[in-house]
Amino acid sequence: MIRVTAPAFATDGIADGFDYDQERKRARDRRRVLVLVLRIALAIFVVGAWELTTRLGCHGPDSGTCAVDPFFFGQPSGIWSQLVRWVQVGTAQGPLWEQIAVTLEETVLGFAIGVILGIIFGVALGRNRLLSDVLGPYIKAMNAMPRVVLGSIFTIALGLEIPSKVALAVVLVFFVVFFNAFQGVREVDRDLLANARILGASQRQLSRHVILPSALSWILASLHTSFGFALVGAIVGEYLGARKGIGLMIATAQGTFNANGVFAAMFILAVVAIIAEWFVTRLENFLIKWRPNAITEVTI
Amino acid sequence: MTRTCGTTESLYVVAVCAQGVRTVTEGGAKAEAIELRGVTKRFVSPSGKSFTALRDLDLTVVPGEFTAVVGPTGCGKSTTLALISGLEAPSVGTVKVFGEPVKSVGRSVGYVFQRDAVFPWKSVLDNVAMGPRFRGVDAEKASTEARQWIGRVGLDGFERYYPHQLSGGMRKRVALAQTLINQPRILLMDEPFSALDVQTRALMENELLDLWASTGASVVFVTHDLEEAIGLADRVIVITAGPGTVKGTYKVDLPRPRNIAEIRFHPRFVELYEEIWNDLRDEVLVSYERSKQRVAS
Repeated sequence: MIRVTAPAFATDGIADGFDYDQERKRARDRRRVLVLVLRIALAIFVVGAWELTTRLGCHGPDSGTCAVDPFFFGQPSGIWSQLVRWVQVGTAQGPLWEQIAVTLEETVLGFAIGVILGIIFGVALGRNRLLSDVLGPYIKAMNAMPRVVLGSIFTIALGLEIPSKVALAVVLVFFVVFFNAFQGVREVDRDLLANARILGASQRQLSRHVILPSALSWILASLHTSFGFALVGAIVGEYLGARKGIGLMIATAQGTFNANGVFAAMFILAVVAIIAEWFVTRLENFLIKWRPNAITEVTI
Repeated sequence: MTRTCGTTESLYVVAVCAQGVRTVTEGGAKAEAIELRGVTKRFVSPSGKSFTALRDLDLTVVPGEFTAVVGPTGCGKSTTLALISGLEAPSVGTVKVFGEPVKSVGRSVGYVFQRDAVFPWKSVLDNVAMGPRFRGVDAEKASTEARQWIGRVGLDGFERYYPHQLSGGMRKRVALAQTLINQPRILLMDEPFSALDVQTRALMENELLDLWASTGASVVFVTHDLEEAIGLADRVIVITAGPGTVKGTYKVDLPRPRNIAEIRFHPRFVELYEEIWNDLRDEVLVSYERSKQRVAS
């Protein structure tokens, strides 16, 4: 029997005294620093221009005389002091961390329930032709509807507390995950199915060992998008009627013509979304370590 | 048995020979390993057109025999394997494995696919252990068994690797171990090495012969490469351009054990090659003409 040995890579370069690896590493580092510097410069430019134009030409108490009116468009320094006030004093409806916690709770609950339901229905319909033929048109019709309007129904039916926001987030997440799971099941490699059957797999084992893992890359690709949708569901739900949450903060700021408040809440949302995105990516890498490049959303 | 039927019979004589085999085995203790009788297989395409892949095919494989099936592209070779394995049912005719009509996927069959059919989300060890796990063996025992087979196909030390980390040849080894761990009495192989480079291929063919010799399974090896067919098999069956039916059966009386890389210099190999190629050439031409027409239309 022929033995296959572990692959060995020649790491030693050409013996001409020149360290190619070192040189390549240095070039890579230089580029990384350049990109970072340009990024920071861009942020300073945009924020600086914003701040400058809202201060330029102002005279008297009327902010309308400025080049850009800070009353309507906010002002970076104003946004910052709003954030500081929220952190130090708290918001109109309680401490800041409580608002973030409520919104996160709604988002995560809606996300989890929506994902689970989406996977269950997607796999069930993907595996059952009759079921998908019967339900197909209805699901398409429901998907075509702008589901955010359901938020009003949920607020009336489920009240101002967490459940109405979770319901809206679930509805938004469900369809994204559902269609991906459905497609994932439909796209399972026929040879893999045949192989598993020959090896002796029962229908349940086929689902568990072949269909689900194969659909997983599709499902995971939808998680990035659907987490964003869950956040939209929670915020819009709060916006429509709530006692706590970042969405309510935005609504309150809007009601008092506080443009800086709206921007500050947006900033908090962006930070929350980026942190959540990082967790979703970690989850994805954990679940899909078998694959060098999984299907993911297009990113820059 | 079939080997007494000589090498250059016409289609009619082959059928008579097969008939003879049946009477012999019915009188004897064991049935043929595989028996296809008057098998026709039609497929209906999604557009509703019916397509005949196999027509009136008779094929018999005795236990322990290595049979190679050659034929031009699209002659229904893969369909034949799908019928034997029970993945597909014949439209007309009977398919029997060890005397039993095939109704569903049987436990005695192993199948190595042309494309990679190892599970990309499972490590080498889990891939190989899949067969016993599916068949109800507990995890620990399955894993011990899998390690043995991984060693037998020469992949010691790669248990924790995922398929995408392996080369094409190594993935084929995983596929072989995955199939052989179930100890199939019938091993179906659908152009398993066609995607490999020439050197790796010769290596794998030799290993396949070694492994086969130790299992005693009946093999049906589908290929379009005549050299590979003669090198490996006890018997070569030529299938006509689709719809496929048996055109000729040839006994390969080359000595065993064989070395694939060297057997092709054997004078008898060259003789057989010429003889079978004469038969195969016409079918290849027919198939080529058809594909040209299909492109033109």
